[in-house]
Amino acid sequence: MKKTVLFWLILGLFGFVCLPWHMTDGGILDARWVTDGTASTGLFASIAGQWWLTPVGLTLLGALIIQLSVIDPVRRARLTLGTSVFGLVLLAVQGLVIVRAGPRILETLLTSETILAGQPGMGAGAAVCALALLFSSTISISQSGKGQGDAFVVNTIGLIVALVAIFVFFPVIHILVRAFEVDGGYALTEFFPRFFSSDIWGLGCLIRDRSCGVAINSLFLAVMTGAGTTLLGLSFALIFTRTDFRAKTVLRILTVLPIITPPFVIGLALILLFGRAGTVTEFFADLLGWEATRWLYGFWGIYFAQLLSFTPIAFLVLIGVVQGVSPSMEEASQTLDADRWQTFRFVSLPLMRPGLANAFLLGFIESLADFGNPLVLGSGYNVLSTDIYFAIVGAVADPAKAAILAIALLTLTLSAFMAQRIWLGKKSYATITGKADSGQNASLNPVLKWVCYGTALPWAALTVVVYSMIIFGSFVKLWGYNHSFTLDHYIRAFGIDFTTGRWTGVAWDSYFTTLTISSVAAPLTAVVGLSTAYLLVRQKFVGKDAFEFSTMLSFAIPGTVIGVSYIMAFNFPPIELTGTSIILIIVFVFRNMPVGVRGGIAAMSQLDKSLDEASITLGANSFTTVRRVILPLMGPAILAALTYSFVRAITSVSAVIFLVSAKHNMATSFIVGRVENGEFGLAIAYSAVLIITMLAAILILQLLVGTRRLRRSDRVQQA
Amino acid sequence: MKKIGMISAATLMASGVAAWADELSVVCSAEQDWCDLMVGAFEAENPDTDVLMVRKSTGETLAQIRAEAGNPKIDVWWGGTGDPHLIAAEEGLTQPSGVDTSKLLGWAQNMAEISEGRTVGIYAGALGIAYNTEILADKGIAPPECWADLADPRFEGEIQVANPNSSGTAYTELATFVQLFGEDEAMERLAAIGANVNSYTKSGSAPTKAAARGETGVSIGFMHDMVNQAAIGFPLAIVAPCEGTGYEVGAVSIIEGARNLEGAQAWVEFALRADIQSRAPEVGSFQVPSNSNASVAPQSPDLASIKLIDYDFATYGSSETRERLLARWDVEVGDPNPQQ
Repeated sequence: MKKTVLFWLILGLFGFVCLPWHMTDGGILDARWVTDGTASTGLFASIAGQWWLTPVGLTLLGALIIQLSVIDPVRRARLTLGTSVFGLVLLAVQGLVIVRAGPRILETLLTSETILAGQPGMGAGAAVCALALLFSSTISISQSGKGQGDAFVVNTIGLIVALVAIFVFFPVIHILVRAFEVDGGYALTEFFPRFFSSDIWGLGCLIRDRSCGVAINSLFLAVMTGAGTTLLGLSFALIFTRTDFRAKTVLRILTVLPIITPPFVIGLALILLFGRAGTVTEFFADLLGWEATRWLYGFWGIYFAQLLSFTPIAFLVLIGVVQGVSPSMEEASQTLDADRWQTFRFVSLPLMRPGLANAFLLGFIESLADFGNPLVLGSGYNVLSTDIYFAIVGAVADPAKAAILAIALLTLTLSAFMAQRIWLGKKSYATITGKADSGQNASLNPVLKWVCYGTALPWAALTVVVYSMIIFGSFVKLWGYNHSFTLDHYIRAFGIDFTTGRWTGVAWDSYFTTLTISSVAAPLTAVVGLSTAYLLVRQKFVGKDAFEFSTMLSFAIPGTVIGVSYIMAFNFPPIELTGTSIILIIVFVFRNMPVGVRGGIAAMSQLDKSLDEASITLGANSFTTVRRVILPLMGPAILAALTYSFVRAITSVSAVIFLVSAKHNMATSFIVGRVENGEFGLAIAYSAVLIITMLAAILILQLLVGTRRLRRSDRVQQA
Repeated sequence: MKKIGMISAATLMASGVAAWADELSVVCSAEQDWCDLMVGAFEAENPDTDVLMVRKSTGETLAQIRAEAGNPKIDVWWGGTGDPHLIAAEEGLTQPSGVDTSKLLGWAQNMAEISEGRTVGIYAGALGIAYNTEILADKGIAPPECWADLADPRFEGEIQVANPNSSGTAYTELATFVQLFGEDEAMERLAAIGANVNSYTKSGSAPTKAAARGETGVSIGFMHDMVNQAAIGFPLAIVAPCEGTGYEVGAVSIIEGARNLEGAQAWVEFALRADIQSRAPEVGSFQVPSNSNASVAPQSPDLASIKLIDYDFATYGSSETRERLLARWDVEVGDPNPQQ
């Protein structure tokens, strides 16, 4: 343990002496800073006059001396902790106070020439120092007896808290304070009347023929979507695990398709099928002599599109959980003379509660934050996400209104989160205990089986129709009007001139950028999300509930708010990231992390703690336990986290629009531009290529991660 | 804990932010193809300059340059409706480009005068009415000719227009009505048309696309969007209202604090040249160019034959007038059909 602290401290000192403290023009791998003649490492910059860097180096050195000289372990740990935390505070304060334009506060005191010259954002040296100080603090905390003395756990908590603080709280605060802004200052007096106005919370639609507030609209939609997607997801999951349905593979692909569809595409397809001039609408209008209506535009259209889009998320969460319900329990129930319905109702279903609750919560939050569907189909039905977007980019930009609406949205999310906690309560849902069982899950009773078929299969059929339309649309001249066959859209987007070897298609640039960024972001997201889940399920520490909620925060905040707040926070030193690909990767990691967390929690609460304990008793530390025991049992959760974060990085739009730059343009931003311009053919051809790319990626992931083997075989008991 | 962690993130700071001198960062708010054409043409003439172009809508661009004020990552903002450019100029987010505007048409020079040279007009597009010929023929509805026709009950549930609170296009319509009829009468007329509106969309070009596909019978929007949809092949007919109509001016601005100022100035001069502006129809953009020597595509709405009002950009572009008119619109016209 002492060795680990020494390692980090020495690494920190190395960073201070040998790496460039500030960011360099050429990027981290560019070695020009060594020779360009300016003082760049922390040490040399301090000597050259940037004295405010010196104390950071001194604290590292101090902590090292303490480690080597103090003998009493507890005293040594406490002293190291104090020094390291002090060092971190100094590092943060100097970064926040002295920016590019010189000092931000205390201008009268800080007047020397070097300070007024300012400093650029932090670079590799600062990062290494900060990490070293952070880990020497957390290891010292565990050495002084807190956190069960387990350095791995405390390190992980420290790192995740730090990351969430920087990449979620720090930017979001930038925009939320706008809610309290009045002329020339901040006040609460303006906030409350605006927050509780009937535009937001009005219930007019229940009493009179008026519209409800946007928050009420959003809430209603989110509850309906959460419930609908959970039920549909459960139907699919039950068909997969508890029936002998033949075409499971086809169904599996269908359940994944909507999740890998770029935004706007489902909405467009629905308009072409069910819009006033849509194929289906016209067919029935002719057949039955109805007047073609615009029913699709408004609540039902958005609801319809959201059910299509978000059912797969519920399915991904539920499939792992439904698989995990141990056959032993069901056998016990049947031995006690319960019939199959009673077994399902009183044994299996209650054991699926964590899955149901998490699926509902995800559907609810996704619906609240959904931007593409309400934009295309919303018409007069206003919801928070689009209102926030237009409060920021509309004809009258009103950041204060956007911030207030964002707070309303957060209130809804927080309430859903609390409700879910109360419903789950403190019961145990562990069913994977490591004990032997027959490996045969009870099959469903016939009525339930047909209910599942009856809900899931028509839904699957509808998905097939929607996707056939999309494929069809990419091969015709003018979707919905001129249906003569053409390959033009594909050639324009993905053409290659074989004679010169040039990639002439207009989409290649954004296509490769998107794939690169998503491939980097996905594993990072899975790691951060699943380690957070591990901490939440398996470890006890102070402030766990707050920690859990804070990890959900970035998911609940609409992308537009995240996008703008990232520009506000990361366009200036100390952390300057705008215009790089890193800001895109970070925004994806922290926006999609909650899915990893939710999926991980649901899967991990099924793993009996005795498995961990057995491993610990046999002498493994918690890192080994995670690696050798928990991870192998988490296959579906890992797969879900990887898949979902990869796919979301490719398909998300609202956060990305503000963060893309010319060097790093993303596919969705490109597609949205085409849709705005009415070039649906090109947009859909591009979407089709993305869908196929993602399908291939998911299949590869599935092969790589493999399926977990819970029991000899996951057979279904023959009725 | 927040501050402590803040720095560990700097690990991730890799690829360089700073633009090299020969890189020009352009945000383009016109149609994607037009943006690509401009970049290609500029790079062909200036082989040393690497143009980094990204397309964003005007609202998104304005939000971004506001957030980036003081340390901008963009040099030039080209294209998109003029109001946000004027707002940016008013807020000091852009700087005078110092280009020669003498060859430009009056409305383009006017933009430069209002903004003290911070933004210059590059194209104009008139506001108009479009209708789906098939739908109107099916239903036996006589096509509209004037703004006044739209209030006629025969168009009940057939008109689509954007909401001026979110769309610059719809705000131009509102301001046009006020300039044509006076404020009180304008509100009455808009409310009368509102009775026929099936939905107020968020985006300004959405109504015209909906009309093209037959999702609505009639739309109000900019004529060049309508020409574009008709040129693609949709059954869309375009009407220049008999009472006269307003127009938008697309603009170009240099961002205050641009890193490559020389490149940005070269871009603005380039964008105002007659031969460059004449190329827009190649990619299906039918706006009227601002350079008096540029050739106008035959499909472009002929501004000379349209009764254009003398649109007062200074008054109706100001935040104060805008907020007042929108507040009145909310109360007197409003979004009348909350669909449940």
